[in-house]
Amino acid sequence: MPAGIALSDFYYILPELVLTGGALLLLVADVLLPRRSGNALAWITLLVLGATAAALVPFVNTHVEVSHGLLAVDRFALFFKIIFLLSAGLTVLMSVRYLETEGASPGEYYFLILCATLGMMIMAGGIDLISIFIGLETMAVSFYILVGYIKPSQRSNEAAVKYFLLGAFSLGILLYGMSILYGLSGTTSLRAMATLLAGQERDPRLILAVIFIVAGVGFKIGAVPFHMWAPDVYEGAPTPITAFLSVGSKAAAFAMLLRIFLEGLPTMSADWRLLFEVLSIVTMTAGNIAALTQTNVKRMLAYSSIAHAGYILIGVVAGTARGVSATLIYLFIYLFMQLGAFTVIAVMRRRDVAGEELKDFSGLSFRNPMAAFAMLLFMLSLGGIPPTAGFFGKFWLFSAAIESGYVWLAVIGVLNSAISLYYYIRIVVFMYLKSETIGSEPTVTAPLALVLGVAMVATIVLGVYPRLLFEVAEASARTLGGVAGLAAAIR
Amino acid sequence: MNHYLSLILFTPLIGALVLLLVPKENQTAIRWVANVTATVGFLLSIPLWFWFNPQGGDFQFVERAAWIPSVGADYFLGVDGLSTLLILLTTLMGCIAVLSSWNAITERVKEYYIFLLILQTGMLGAFMSLDFLLFFLFWEVMLVPMYFLIGIWGSANRLYSAIKFFLYTLVGSVIMLLGILALYFYAHSVTGVYSFDVTEFQKLNVPYNLQWWIFLAFFLGFAVKVPMFPFHTWLPDAHTDAPTAGSVILAAVMLKMGTYGFLRFSLPILPDATRAFVPMMVLLSIIGIIYGALVALAQKDWKRLVAYSSVSHMGMVMLGMFALNPVGITGSIIQQLNHGISTGALFLIVGIVYERRHTRELSEYGGLSKVMPVYAAVFLIMTMSSIGLPALNGFIGELLILQGTFVANKVWALFAGAGVVLGAAYMLYLFQRTMFGKVENPKNEHLLDLSHREFATFAPLLVLAFWMGLYPAPFLRRLDTSVQHIIARVNRDYAPRNAAADCGTAPTVAVVAANTAAKFLTSVPCDANGRPLPAGTGTDIPPAPAAPGAPR
Repeated sequence: MPAGIALSDFYYILPELVLTGGALLLLVADVLLPRRSGNALAWITLLVLGATAAALVPFVNTHVEVSHGLLAVDRFALFFKIIFLLSAGLTVLMSVRYLETEGASPGEYYFLILCATLGMMIMAGGIDLISIFIGLETMAVSFYILVGYIKPSQRSNEAAVKYFLLGAFSLGILLYGMSILYGLSGTTSLRAMATLLAGQERDPRLILAVIFIVAGVGFKIGAVPFHMWAPDVYEGAPTPITAFLSVGSKAAAFAMLLRIFLEGLPTMSADWRLLFEVLSIVTMTAGNIAALTQTNVKRMLAYSSIAHAGYILIGVVAGTARGVSATLIYLFIYLFMQLGAFTVIAVMRRRDVAGEELKDFSGLSFRNPMAAFAMLLFMLSLGGIPPTAGFFGKFWLFSAAIESGYVWLAVIGVLNSAISLYYYIRIVVFMYLKSETIGSEPTVTAPLALVLGVAMVATIVLGVYPRLLFEVAEASARTLGGVAGLAAAIR
Repeated sequence: MNHYLSLILFTPLIGALVLLLVPKENQTAIRWVANVTATVGFLLSIPLWFWFNPQGGDFQFVERAAWIPSVGADYFLGVDGLSTLLILLTTLMGCIAVLSSWNAITERVKEYYIFLLILQTGMLGAFMSLDFLLFFLFWEVMLVPMYFLIGIWGSANRLYSAIKFFLYTLVGSVIMLLGILALYFYAHSVTGVYSFDVTEFQKLNVPYNLQWWIFLAFFLGFAVKVPMFPFHTWLPDAHTDAPTAGSVILAAVMLKMGTYGFLRFSLPILPDATRAFVPMMVLLSIIGIIYGALVALAQKDWKRLVAYSSVSHMGMVMLGMFALNPVGITGSIIQQLNHGISTGALFLIVGIVYERRHTRELSEYGGLSKVMPVYAAVFLIMTMSSIGLPALNGFIGELLILQGTFVANKVWALFAGAGVVLGAAYMLYLFQRTMFGKVENPKNEHLLDLSHREFATFAPLLVLAFWMGLYPAPFLRRLDTSVQHIIARVNRDYAPRNAAADCGTAPTVAVVAANTAAKFLTSVPCDANGRPLPAGTGTDIPPAPAAPGAPR
C-alpha cells in the first residue's frame, strides 16, 4: 500500500471538507455574534449544509476509491449523504423554537449536529474498517452530548448517560469483532477482505466476528435485543435530536451495515442473513407489541422506530439489488415521515405543556387542523397505508423478501404492519375523535411549518408518484460492491 | 374520449379539493358543492352505459401510462361489463349517499363530505384498475375515509366499530398484497417482464401449488370485505354504528369490492385453485346464508337486522359465483347489483326514522304505515325486492343463482332455497313489526312522511328495482362477455357440454338467462321460496320484456 495522499483525494472529499470547514466557521461565528442570535446560527448551519449538498453535485456520476481504499465515492454513498443532509437540515429548522423554549445555547448545538452529519457521511463512504469506525465515533460522540443537551432536565441527563454507557459498550463489541476480522484477513479494507476470506466460511472465529459485528450494529439501528437504550434515550433527548437520532443515525448505521456485510463479508452471507432474519422478526414484533401500550407519544414513536429497524432489516436479509434498493428507499421515505411526526411533537411543546402525552393530542384537529392533518399523514405513512410514501417503502421491502424466497418473513412483516396501525390510529383517534383540550394552543412557527410542509409534500408525492425515487435508489444500490456478486451466489 | 374513465374517477376528488377551499362555517355551500360534485359524477358516468359495447372486446375505454416503470406498474384503467355496472352502481349510490346526508350531518360537515368524496374516488379506482398495484392502492385508500366516517359521525359504539372495521380489512388486504407479489414474481419468471398487468396475469398458467397459496392470500383479502363467514363479525358493528350514508356506501358498494375481487382476480387468474376451493367456498357461503338469516331473525335493532341480512345475501352471491357456471356467475353479479340497490335502500329507510326518532330499537316502532304512508310504500317495495318477489330485481338474481347452483349441485340449491325462505321470513317479520298494527308509541304519532329530498334518494332505486325486475336483458347482455371470459378460464369444459345439451347451439348466457327468467316470470306464479326450479336450458325465444301481470 503506497504511502501518502494524492491531491486528487482532497478533491473527492470536497463535501466532507466543506462540512468540516463550515462547522469550524460556525464555532467562530458563535463567539463573534452577540448572544441570543440563535436564528443567525441556524441560518449559517443551513447554509453550510446547503454548501455541502452543492459540493456533492460534481460527484453524481463518480465511482472511485479515495485515499487508497479508505473511502468510496459512489452513488450508494451519495444517496445516504443526501439523506443525512436533508435530515440534518430539517432537524436544524425544527430546533430553533425548541432551543428558545428550553433556553439552551445554540452555538455548540448546531456545531455538534454538523459534526454528527460529518461522521455519518464518512460512515456511508467508508469501505475500510478504520474509516467506518472513525465516522461512527464522530457521530456517536456528537450524539452523546446532544442527547444530554438540555442541562437542567433530569430526563435528558439520564438519557445521555444511558446512551453513552451502552453506546461505549456496544462500540467495544463492534471493535472486537472488527479486530478479529483484521486478525484473520490481515487487512482492514473491506473489498480486499472479501477475496481474502473466501473459502473460510466455516471458520468459527469468523462466525464469532460476524456475531460481534451484528451485535454492535444492532445497537446502533436499535434492533431487539440491543434496543434497551432506545425508548429512554428517545424520550429524554431534546425532540429534534430524537428525530435526528432515529433518522440520521439509523440510516448511517444501515449504510455501515450494508458496507461491512455486502462489501466485506459476502461469503458469510448464509450466517449473517440468518442472524438478521431472526433479528428482523424479533425486532419488528417486539417493537410493535411494546408500542401498543405506550401513552407517551415520543416513547411510542421510539418503539415504532425499533419496529421500523426490523422492517428495514428485511431488505438486508434479502440481500439482492432489490433488497438493498428497498432499504435505501425505505430509509429515504422514513426520513420524512419520522422527522415529520417528531416535528408535530415539537409543535406541541409549549412553555406550560410537554406535549408528549397522548392526551395532549386530544382534539388537535379542532385546535390546529394543519398539524393534526400532518400527523395523520405521517401516522398513515408509518403504518404503510396508501397513498402515502410509507406504503411503497413497505411494498418494496416485502417484495424483495418474496423475490428472495423469504415468504414467511414477508408474512410476519405485513402482520406486524397491521398491528402497528392500531397504535398509529390511536393518535388519530385522540386528534380527531376526542374533543377535550389541554393547555395553551399549539402554534406553528415558520421554520416548523417549513419542515412540516416539506415532510407532507414528500410523503404524498412519493406515495403517489415514486418513480424517480425508485430509479435513483436502484441505480445507487447497484454501485454497492458485492450486490451483484451476492445475487449471483444466491442463484 | 381517451381520458373518459379518469374523468369519472377524479371528479369526486376534484370536488373534495374544491371543498377544502370553502370556509367550514358555510355549511350550505359545502352541501351544495358536495351534492353537485356527486351528481355531476353520476351524470358523467351515464354515457358509460351507452358507449360500452357489449359485443366489443374484453376491456374498453382503456387508458395506459407509465407509473413506476422500474417496477412495471402502470396507470392502467379499463372496464368490461362487470366493472361498467359496478361503476354505475357506485356513482349512483355515491350521489344518493351525499344527498341523504343533507340534514343528518350537522357537525364537521366539511370534513364529512371530503371523506365521502375521497371514498368515492377510491371505490371507482378499484373497479377501474387493470393494474394490480394500482388496484391495491385504491383498495387501501378506501379504508381511511371509511374509518373516519364511522369513527366521527357514527353512533354509540363508533370507536370500537371503526377500528374493528379498519384492522379486519387491513389484515386481509396486506396478506392479499403478498399474494399479488407472489404472482408478480411468478409472472416475471415466465415472461421475463416485470408487470402488474391483470390482463396478462389472466393468461398465465400458474402451477397448482402456487395457485393454492395465492388463492388463500386473495381469499383473506376478499372474504373479509364480502364478508364471508367467519370473517363477517366486523360488518354488523360497522354497519350499525356508521352514519346512514356510510352504511349505504358500505353495503351497496364496498362489499362488492370483495366479490368483484373474486370475479376479476381469483377466478380467472387462479382457475385450478378456484375449483379446488369450491367445497370450502360453498360451505362458507351456505353457513353465511343460513347463519346470517337466522341471526337477522333474532335482532331487536333495525339496522343490525339489515346488516345481518347483508351477510346472508352476500352468501347467496358467493354461492352463485362458486357454482362456476355461466348462469350462476351472471346471477351472482346481478344479485350484487340488487343487493346494492335493495340493501342500500333499506339502510336509507332505517336512516330516515333514525333521523326522526334517534333510536333503532324495533320495539320503539309499530304502525308506521298509518303515519308515514309513502315511506311505508317505499319500504314495502324494497322489502319485496330484498325477498326476491317476481317483477322486482331481487327475483332475477335469486332465480339465476338458484338455477346455476341447481345445475352444479342439488343439495347446495336446497340450502340456497332455504336462505330465500328465511330471507322472506325476517324481512316480512321486520315489516310487520314496524309498519303494521296500531301506533302504540305516542312518540311515533306525529312522524313526518318522506320529504321531497328524501323521496329523491329513493326514486332512482325504485326505478332500477322495477327495471331490473321486468327487463333485465340490457344488464345481462352487458355481462355476457365478462362471464364467458371468466368461464373460459375457470371451467373450460363447461361450454361444449352445455352446447351439446342445447341442441348444438350455444346460446349466450344472456339469452339463456333472460329467456328462463322471462318464461319463469310469465308461467309460474312463484312464491318467494323460489322452488320448484326449471331446468336450466334455453330456447330460441328472443329476450323480450317480461310480460306484465306477475303476481304481487
